[in-house]
Amino acid sequence: MSMPFYVSPEQVMKDKADYARKRISQIRSGVVMTCEAGILFVAPNPSRALRKFSEMYDRIAFAAVGRYNEFETLRKAGVRYADMTGFTYDRRDVTARGLADWYGQLLGSLFTDSPKPYEVEIVVAEVGKTAADDEIYRITFEGSVADEHDFVVVGGQADKVAAVLKERYSATMSLTEAMRLAIASLAGQGDGNSEPVTSGQLEVALLERSRPHRAFRRLTGARLDALLAEATPSGAGAAAANGAAGASGSAAGEGPEVGSANGESAADGGPAGGSPEGGDGSAPGGGDGSGA
Amino acid sequence: MSGFEPQARRQAFLAPGSSSFADFLAMAAPELLPTAVHMTGAAAGAPSDVPHGTTIAAAVCAGGVVMAGDRRATAGNMISQRDIEKVFRGDEFSCVGIAGVAGIGVDLVRLFGVELEHYEKIEGRSLSLEGKANRLAGLVKSNLGAAMQGLVAVPLLAGYDVETSHGRIFSFDVAGGKYEEQRFATIGSGSVFARGALKKLYRDGMSIEDVVLVLMQALYDAADDDSATGGPDMARRIYPVVASVTADGFDRLTAEQAGRYAEAVVAERMRLPDGPAAPLQSTES
Repeated sequence: MSMPFYVSPEQVMKDKADYARKRISQIRSGVVMTCEAGILFVAPNPSRALRKFSEMYDRIAFAAVGRYNEFETLRKAGVRYADMTGFTYDRRDVTARGLADWYGQLLGSLFTDSPKPYEVEIVVAEVGKTAADDEIYRITFEGSVADEHDFVVVGGQADKVAAVLKERYSATMSLTEAMRLAIASLAGQGDGNSEPVTSGQLEVALLERSRPHRAFRRLTGARLDALLAEATPSGAGAAAANGAAGASGSAAGEGPEVGSANGESAADGGPAGGSPEGGDGSAPGGGDGSGA
Repeated sequence: MSGFEPQARRQAFLAPGSSSFADFLAMAAPELLPTAVHMTGAAAGAPSDVPHGTTIAAAVCAGGVVMAGDRRATAGNMISQRDIEKVFRGDEFSCVGIAGVAGIGVDLVRLFGVELEHYEKIEGRSLSLEGKANRLAGLVKSNLGAAMQGLVAVPLLAGYDVETSHGRIFSFDVAGGKYEEQRFATIGSGSVFARGALKKLYRDGMSIEDVVLVLMQALYDAADDDSATGGPDMARRIYPVVASVTADGFDRLTAEQAGRYAEAVVAERMRLPDGPAAPLQSTES
């Protein structure tokens, strides 16, 4: 990068930060919130293959919004860091706090050194034994780390969405209630328009408190449809479940797929930890077992 | 992790490409790899004061595969540990047993476990069983230097192949060769004795319970003839580690469950010390 004349560092930083903020303000928001069952992640995502939420370690998950290839790079780097730390010391020595700090350093140096900052906002969350022990950290494009409580909204319309959450949130919410609140807050990105939401438009994941070993689970297919149906009793969820069967190919509502729906529910109910291919309804295994 | 120039270290984490944890370690922290131990001027033949040992046996059953390993670690003529575990969970659909130098073997299995989980998290899918076997072969191969100096550790891999819905067994040699075994396989100093027992007792299509019993018999016979293999310790209640892998995933028998099988075997041996006799000629068609 050639700079023929002097530009003040302050100006350079400000330009980078403005650029990043502007880009981030255009991305759709996602919600991370603590509930009784664990930590719930919800975001609009029409894609079945490109994920915003991922497993990072046993009880730690990664969530990101923004430019896909950039946050994918960050995600993989975090998995490497987590596995290396767990391997060097012990699995119990990998913490969300450590990961968040590391991401802060990484993003901070990337922001300073790269001509273009990363247009991302990421969350690292760790589910505890009780809701009070849950940890949620938000790391911005320039490496600031914030310790959040109860819930956090990332992405463009964060303020609007957060306002809805603040009003109705309670730490003792069940999974269904949390889901209902998440959908309500994300609907129309907080401006009150509620179009019926289908499972094909959402990405939902859960760090399940009571699961031993690997707590992260994706909620997809029949299981997500059932949760949506419960969470939106106006029938929008149920209608959407039927409507979504064709569109998203989720395993609900079609005769020959009932078998795979059951298979998938069984798989999710059993040892399937972070099984990202669950959306197909026919994907085998891939999760975790309760090892010796 | 210390002593790395920050830029280079950051690059190792951000580099696109490898979903292999071992390859990543080789880039970012090579000192953590099991093979990083440098030996100087060691003579051929394992130093006799390094823990050694073993019999591991695995056999295909209806719906999966079962693996069992004894609990003894020896260093020269001493028993260095009575309850060492040599059969481990690889991931949900695989298990690994190790024979040879205990320290190297345990390291290998630990790295293998992280390797499998790492791939799954990075790629969003599990490795195929063939892929897991290839990866394990690669890890064994990278230990060749130490193996040439006597620090040999060799695994046995048993897994459930979700694509074919069958149990499969793979054995390896120190050069990283991978060999698929049909029906059953054994490794370790007592493997020849266990194999002889399995030849006579194993049938195709046996249930899990029957295969566990067969493996217990085989391990008992191995312990009977190999001083480096331990039989069931009824007084201390230390039994072989027995693990199965089926469509329902990895499952390890509890000490109580393993104890019941061990007691059945030992009770029969009180009457027939050489174990159940196979007929001279098969009466089955």
